Amino acid sequence: MSDSWRQPRRILMVGLGALTVFYLLAPTLVIVPMSFTEARILSFPPEGFTLDWYERMVTDRQWSTGLANSFQVALLTAILATVLGTLAALGLTRGRFLGRTAVNALVLSPLIVPVVVIAIGMFGLFVQWRIAGSLVGLVVAHTALALPFVVVAVATSLRTMDRNLELAAANLGADPRRSFQHITFPIILPGVLTGAIFSFITSWDEVVIAIFMTSARFRTLPVEMWEQVRQAVDPTVAAVSTTLLVVTTVLLVLLLVVRRQAPAQ
Amino acid sequence: MTTAGETRRRTPPSLAGKRDRWSWLVIPATVFLAAFFLVPLVAMVIRSVTDPVDAGISNYERFFSQEAYARVLVNTFWIAVLSTAACLAIGYPFAYLMSIVPGRWSGLLLIAVLLPFWSSLLVRTFAWQVLLRDTGVINRFLLDLGLIDEPLTLIRTTGGVIVGMSHILLPFMVLPIYAVMRRIDPEFGRAAANLGASPFAAFIRVFVPLSLPGVLAGCLLVFVLALGFYITPALLGGLGDQMISQLIVQQIQQRLDWGFGTAMSVVLVGITLAILFISSRAIRLQDVFGSAVED
Repeated sequence: MSDSWRQPRRILMVGLGALTVFYLLAPTLVIVPMSFTEARILSFPPEGFTLDWYERMVTDRQWSTGLANSFQVALLTAILATVLGTLAALGLTRGRFLGRTAVNALVLSPLIVPVVVIAIGMFGLFVQWRIAGSLVGLVVAHTALALPFVVVAVATSLRTMDRNLELAAANLGADPRRSFQHITFPIILPGVLTGAIFSFITSWDEVVIAIFMTSARFRTLPVEMWEQVRQAVDPTVAAVSTTLLVVTTVLLVLLLVVRRQAPAQ
Repeated sequence: MTTAGETRRRTPPSLAGKRDRWSWLVIPATVFLAAFFLVPLVAMVIRSVTDPVDAGISNYERFFSQEAYARVLVNTFWIAVLSTAACLAIGYPFAYLMSIVPGRWSGLLLIAVLLPFWSSLLVRTFAWQVLLRDTGVINRFLLDLGLIDEPLTLIRTTGGVIVGMSHILLPFMVLPIYAVMRRIDPEFGRAAANLGASPFAAFIRVFVPLSLPGVLAGCLLVFVLALGFYITPALLGGLGDQMISQLIVQQIQQRLDWGFGTAMSVVLVGITLAILFISSRAIRLQDVFGSAVED
């Protein structure tokens, strides 16, 4: 009759699925209510409701500069990685040149090398170049880390697009630049935006490289949090965690919207 | 050799001549990564044999000759193996569920996987710390229910590390397996049923073997990533659960022993690359790493 392996014990599967979803989401979400507690220590269930810890996050000098630094680094990383990555994806999918495989491997390798090793390698040299402990050093490091995501996202949309559209544009008299501007780029734009969002998030959440690449004068939010988490923790850390999660989630929802609208054009 | 013939077939004729212009576009990213990623790694390798000046392979000898370091290496592998096993046990049924439910549901399940995948590793580890502590959520809950009289030791244990790491790594297992399962033709199942196989037999003898490439890819990815974990074992593990990344950071940050720290980094990268190289004969690595971004 119908596909035999698709008639499992339904209840078992649904139960297992619900349990796994719970396991995936619940542990992280436990932090969110804790950030509103009136108690002076992290407690669950939270007591009362207050926004004090959020106020503390944006008024305390260390936390608030960390927040601002994180935004700045993530934004600059997103811009740099998206430009470099989009160009590289175009070259890798359309170009035919000697050493293409090697370049491809180089571009993807930041995904493979353990992040602690990347951090130490970069830190060792960036100190000598005098860009360690600064905005520039961290943006450069995060861009290397984010590049693979942009390249894969853009390359995917390039590989799946219908190149006959470009051919049609050429036949209608468009020169290559016009054809790219009006045909190719709009089609791969969702891929480019995907890459941009992924690189922003990569930088926004990154902590290991940032631990090395920041200094007492220049810290990001995750590094500030890392310093706190290992000592006594007050609910501000829960507020910071919630903020980190909310920004990421909003960006991912944005991404879904971008992708939803893509095929409509 | 074959490339010229192939490209001629693939590329529309009028675009063929402009093909070479595209190639130049890889230069900025290549130069960037060469300068800021490759050069630092090469410098790291050089430093591991030149710090102190006449180090030679002494830093490596030190690592491989002392039992305490060997224990950290074994421990690193052991934690990676257990995390991979835990991810497979939870991830395989979930990926299977994703592949059989109607499209709208599988989309929702995919979001449930992707949300944690992209959210902060530090926040998620911190959440586990809050859950597992002696005064944490789980112990409070069990105490309140009267199931236990004294808090269980959940944090600073190997179990704590495995729970935290497999929670973080689970999406890396689910995504490659789901990508393969989605492409398995349901007709095979019907054929098996027509030939008299019970649903269970069809699942075990037809579906599972067809899903193995995904399982292999997922296990490889999770294992390799687990080897390099730092934050999670540092926050959830005890003294006996030290992993190699923690040892590396300790040497560099506290002992300022760059020679030894970089030598261990080279060992860690070497192991990672060796595992990937060996497995690249069985699976396309690009599929493994691409699966996280494409959907």
